[in-house]
Amino acid sequence: MELRDARNIMESLLFITEQPIPLKSFEDLFDKEFSQDDLLKMAEEIALDYQVRGSALELREIAGGWQFSSRSEFAPWIRKLFKDRLTYRLSNSAMETLSIIAYKQPITRSEIEEIRGVEVSAVLDTLVERRLVRIAGRRESVGRPLLYGTTPDFLRSFGLKRLEELPNIESLVPPSTPELQSELPLEPQASPVSEEPAEPPSEPKVESNS
Amino acid sequence: MNEAPQQMDVSLDVFEGPLDLLLHLIRKNDLQISDIPIAQITQEYLSYLDLMKDLNLEMAGEFLVMASTLMLIKAQMLLPTPDPTEEETGPDPRAELVNKLLEYQRFKEAAGVLSAYKDKAKDIYYRSLPPQFDHEDFTLRASVFDLLTAFKRVLDQAPREVGQIIREEITIEAKIREILDLLELKSSMAFEELFAGSHRRIDLIVTFLALLELIRMKQIVALQPDIFGAIRIYRADAAPESSFPAVAGGKPVDPRPEAAGDDGQTEAQS
Repeated sequence: MELRDARNIMESLLFITEQPIPLKSFEDLFDKEFSQDDLLKMAEEIALDYQVRGSALELREIAGGWQFSSRSEFAPWIRKLFKDRLTYRLSNSAMETLSIIAYKQPITRSEIEEIRGVEVSAVLDTLVERRLVRIAGRRESVGRPLLYGTTPDFLRSFGLKRLEELPNIESLVPPSTPELQSELPLEPQASPVSEEPAEPPSEPKVESNS
Repeated sequence: MNEAPQQMDVSLDVFEGPLDLLLHLIRKNDLQISDIPIAQITQEYLSYLDLMKDLNLEMAGEFLVMASTLMLIKAQMLLPTPDPTEEETGPDPRAELVNKLLEYQRFKEAAGVLSAYKDKAKDIYYRSLPPQFDHEDFTLRASVFDLLTAFKRVLDQAPREVGQIIREEITIEAKIREILDLLELKSSMAFEELFAGSHRRIDLIVTFLALLELIRMKQIVALQPDIFGAIRIYRADAAPESSFPAVAGGKPVDPRPEAAGDDGQTEAQS
C-alpha cells in the first residue's frame, strides 16, 4: 500500500472514532505493513497538515492514542451549543482521592483512606460513576479487597498522553520547607498539553462575526 | 457546595479530614512538619474541634481519633528516656504522624496540579459518540477463525494482569445467561462490546467460550460486513434476514449444525 493511501485511511479513521486510537491498532489494521515508527510519522504529518492550514481541528496524542479534537478557542461555542449538558467540578475530596489513585494504582480503598485519613467510599463511587476510576482487580489478601485504577477517560480529561506523564510526585513539595508552599502552586511545571507539535505558527484569531 | 447542607458535609468542606486540619495549623503557624511542637499543635487542634462543636458542625469520627493520637504522642514525648545519651537517637514518637502528613501533603499538592491540568484540558473537545452502522452491512457469517482473530485482538488489548493470581469461579453457564440477557435488550452488539465489562483474562476467555457455545447452539449469530470485517453478535431471531438461512423462515429450527463449513471447530452431534 502506498504511504499516502495509508495516511488517508488513518485520517478517516481518526476522524470517525470517539476514542483515542493507539498506533498499535493501526499496526494491526494494516497487518503490520507499517512499523509503529512509520505510523507515528504519519500521525504527526496529519497533525501538522491541520496545523499548517490553520484548521479548527487538531490531531493530538492523548490517553495512549491519537484523536481529533476541536481547538480550545472554540470551547465557548461548543458549550453554547450544548448548554444543557452540564459539566460538574470535582470536589476537593474527589481530586485528592483521584490523585492518590493515579499515583498509587492499583490501590485498595483502605489504603486510600490510610493516606487521606478519612473515609472515601462515597467519593470513590462518584469517581467510578464518572468513569475516571475503575475496578482493576482484587488484592489477594485477607478479604480480597477491590483494587482501583484510573481509566483512559481520566487521562483524556486531564490532558495526559499516558500515566508516566504525571508530574513526579516527589518533586511537588520540598518536604522540609512546607511554608514556601503555603499557597497551592497551580501551574504545572511542564504543561503536558502544549508540548505537542500543536503550536500554530501564525495564530489565526477567532472571529465571531455574527 | 450547593448540595443540601447536610451537617457532615459542612465539616468536610472546611477540612477534608484531620490531616488536612493539622496541615492547616502547621502552615498557619509557620511550622516545620518534620519538627512539630506537639503540645502546641495538640492544643490548637483541640480548640478547633471545640469550635466545630460550638458551631454545631458534626464531626467525622476520624477527627476524634486524631485527637487521641496527638495526645498519645504528647504523652510519649513527656516520658523520660531511660538512657539520656540515647535521647537523640531513640525513635521519635512523632515520626509516624510526620510521615503521614508529608505523604498526605504531597497528594494534596498533586490534586492541585491535576486540577490545573484538568482546567487546561477542559476546553479540548473530542467526539463523544461511537459511529453507527447499518445492520444491513452485516451479512456475512463470521467463521471461527474470524472469531478467534477478533478475540486475540481483545486479549492483546486486555490490560496486563495486576500481578496477583485471582481465583474466582466464573462458569460458562453464567456467562451464557449474561450474553443472552444483554442480547435480550439490544438484539445485537459489537464483538468487542461483549468483553467490555471484563478486565481479567480468565473472564475474557470464559466469555469467548460462552460465545462459541451459543453459536453452536444456534442461539446467536456472529456476522460481519465482509471478510475480516468487524464482527457483530446477533440474537438468532433478530439477525438480518439474508444472512442466516436457518432462521429465514421466521422460527429457529432444530439445532442441527449446518454444513456451512465455517464452524469447523464445533463438533457435529446428531
